[in-house]
Amino acid sequence: MEGFLANVLNGLSWGMLLFLISMGLTTVFGVMGVLNFAHGSLFMLGAYLCMQFVRWVGSFWVGLLLGPPLVAVLSVLLERFLLRPLYGRDVSFQLLLTFGVMLFLDDGVRLIWGAAYHVVNPPQILSGVIPLFSQTYPVYRLFLVILGPLVGIALWVFFAFTRWGKILRAAAMDRQMAEIVGVRVPLLFTAVFAFGAWLAALGGALAAPHQSVGPAMGERIIIESFIVVVIGGMGSFPGAFVGALILGFLNSFGTTLMPDVQMALPYILLSVVLLTRPRGIFGEEG
Amino acid sequence: MSALSRRPWIAGLVLVAALLAAPFVLSMYGVIILTEILTMSLFAMSFNLLFGYTGLLSFGQAGFFGAGGYFAVLTLLHGPQSLWAALAAAMLGSALLALAIGWFCVRLDEIYFAILTLGFGMMLFTVAHNWRSVTGGSDGLGSFSIPELSLFGAQLTLFNPKNFYFLVLFVVVLGVLLLLRVVGSPFGLLLKATRENSNRVAFVGANVRSVRLFAFVVAGALAGVGGALFALFNRIASPEMLHWAFSGKAVLMTILGGSGVFLGPAVGAAIFFVLEHVITAFTTNWMIFLGAILVVLVLLFPKGVLGSALDLAGRSRRGRNP
Repeated sequence: MEGFLANVLNGLSWGMLLFLISMGLTTVFGVMGVLNFAHGSLFMLGAYLCMQFVRWVGSFWVGLLLGPPLVAVLSVLLERFLLRPLYGRDVSFQLLLTFGVMLFLDDGVRLIWGAAYHVVNPPQILSGVIPLFSQTYPVYRLFLVILGPLVGIALWVFFAFTRWGKILRAAAMDRQMAEIVGVRVPLLFTAVFAFGAWLAALGGALAAPHQSVGPAMGERIIIESFIVVVIGGMGSFPGAFVGALILGFLNSFGTTLMPDVQMALPYILLSVVLLTRPRGIFGEEG
Repeated sequence: MSALSRRPWIAGLVLVAALLAAPFVLSMYGVIILTEILTMSLFAMSFNLLFGYTGLLSFGQAGFFGAGGYFAVLTLLHGPQSLWAALAAAMLGSALLALAIGWFCVRLDEIYFAILTLGFGMMLFTVAHNWRSVTGGSDGLGSFSIPELSLFGAQLTLFNPKNFYFLVLFVVVLGVLLLLRVVGSPFGLLLKATRENSNRVAFVGANVRSVRLFAFVVAGALAGVGGALFALFNRIASPEMLHWAFSGKAVLMTILGGSGVFLGPAVGAAIFFVLEHVITAFTTNWMIFLGAILVVLVLLFPKGVLGSALDLAGRSRRGRNP
């Protein structure tokens, strides 16, 4: 029973991180039609910047607050100067461009911070473990489990009730129509891309105390978040939530129940969903 | 130049002759690099049959490349001690695998195709990584002996890099000729047509899925042969050969050289290795350069180095005698 509960919590905490990343990825895809290969690298950059702030000022919260906006600023430059010239071209080239950006950022991180893994301690208030039945459980993971739905609700309120949220949804539904009724689409694209990057970096900063910070962390999460948005339905927000939870549970239960095939489970799920519902669980069939 | 562009087979013959003569001029190190370039050329060109000719961006091509490597090594470990048997097993095994996986993948387009091939490639990676009793797990499969090559009754040892180079050259040229035959045939036209507009191809009565599936199988088989050569050359078949990052190499080489030109991926493979050796001479962070180069190419020279060079040559010729 304790094992089951630990699996549920582990699945939820990893799922919540995946959810943050996937929200950014799916928003960028939904509005701009760009599948961003470098999204995992932005996540990683968020984790490294958080670690750097912890080193400089000794506070995790400062890193969480200041790191993600810096990544968002970088992504404004990326969108403005690299992606924008490609909007009229074949989608494969957008994918390839972000693939190049990913290689650049992943190796750039290695150049700046070295190839070694770094450990970021959770802040004082969230460190340590609490008793859970006869076992103990890290407080920080519980914090993630609680924070995830809160962020999800905040995003939902943003998309459902605010003016900007409505504009975003309108642009995702019909870009041309949005332009006709006066939405400044180029500006919107830059904002959306920066917003997605901010979410990714926020996930990265939150992940820093959860796992070790290293140059390979972007590579793992980008593939898993691709799977999340594809099985949930690209551009679908509930899809990202459900997909992230499914993948989180596959990860935690798979590791304990069937360790030999766990690595393949997300890919098997991906293929089954793509072949039965090509536009994802929550996607609209075109 | 104009004579060459009108008769491309002359350029091809000159290229093959140069490659045949190369080991007598180059150092041993140069021969080894050239062997690697040829192997990766076959891999990248197999990828480009899908990407450049059929318009399908596969991010799982390394799955077939690596599977070919494992099939070849497994044949040598448990089957007949024959190189030709190993290569044939790699080709057939990868082709069957591509048939099974392609049957699913060709149903999807664009980004969905890219993601699905990535998923299947990573499933193959997981098999290679976790099925320890057969594949040796993350250590890979090494410690096999490479049999001598029997050719017209003569026995050649492949421990001599030059002999290995000629074997690779022979196999790669055969593979390239097969590709040339495919893209030059009416079927090749059908491939390009599905790239440009698959709906219209369906309207004229062709079965888009089976056209794509055939290309997928040919690409998988040739990638498998490339992987077999790679594994034999490195004396190991390892799971990394199947990872999506390895598929990314084929993508990079193709974009470097140019996806719209038949030999573009091969030129890209050559540039890739030369760059790698030049840049790693002064820094270990060569991926940062590669990433930057890819970004610049996609933005400014989407036709790649060879494609842009041919454009330039064509333009200057037309400029001189309009």
